[in-house]
Amino acid sequence: MTVMQLIFLLNAAVTIIAGIMMSRVRRLLHAALWLVLALFGVAVTFGLLEASFLAIVQVVVYIGAIAILILFAIMLTRGGTDDTYDNSKRWIISLVVALIALGGILLALFTWPQGQALTTPLTAAQQDIGAIGIALLDPEGYLIPFEISSILLLAALVGSIYVGIEHKGEEK
Amino acid sequence: MIPLYWFLILSAVLFSIGIYTVITRRNTITILMGVELMLNTANINLLAFWRYLYIDTGNLDGVIFALIIFVAAAAEVAVGLGLIISAYRRRQSVVANDLDALKG
Repeated sequence: MTVMQLIFLLNAAVTIIAGIMMSRVRRLLHAALWLVLALFGVAVTFGLLEASFLAIVQVVVYIGAIAILILFAIMLTRGGTDDTYDNSKRWIISLVVALIALGGILLALFTWPQGQALTTPLTAAQQDIGAIGIALLDPEGYLIPFEISSILLLAALVGSIYVGIEHKGEEK
Repeated sequence: MIPLYWFLILSAVLFSIGIYTVITRRNTITILMGVELMLNTANINLLAFWRYLYIDTGNLDGVIFALIIFVAAAAEVAVGLGLIISAYRRRQSVVANDLDALKG
């Protein structure tokens, strides 16, 4: 067992525990904080995959923006801070559904021969973050998906402002 | 070295936790949090496949796809939370069971 494997296993344990706590903990604010820990674990996983740029984007976008947005939404909506879930049959049914999904994925995974693949060390050209930027703005590359995603963000911005704003003279 | 399937198992487990959260929780904000976790596991898979199987071909599909998922997730959260706050303003509740205006 190498050091990298040890780091991976520790990180995986932290991430999975944070995910389980997120789904089980009763107070919403605590669930959001556990989500932050799980997202940070995913960022470390990106780092282990040597996608350094994506790891930083993960911290900035998810933890810096999305998690804070979720925390704000929790604080703006009172009355739901203590989440109760049905502790009777529904709890077991959803556990079964989640386990069936997990079993299906793992079954497909272990019958797939390329799962044993190992990495080769990165060359200097493959570590170059600038290549991502060039590819994003290259008409031969990913320019159209890039522009479409910017339009999507603009539409989401306008849409969420319109939905979130208080319209006068409307029935409550 | 870490084999590829370790990453895939991690993302499969996290995905199941996301499904579990989405089904059990009744607060819409927590449901959204479960969806976020599921989107993240998709990103782990994309990056792992890119890193292990396609890095030598020199294309950046995995990274670009992951970046676009970030954009989609940000848009989804912004609109979703806007809707939740708007619903809260009308119904004074964010619990999914109370938001049944479309029920026949």
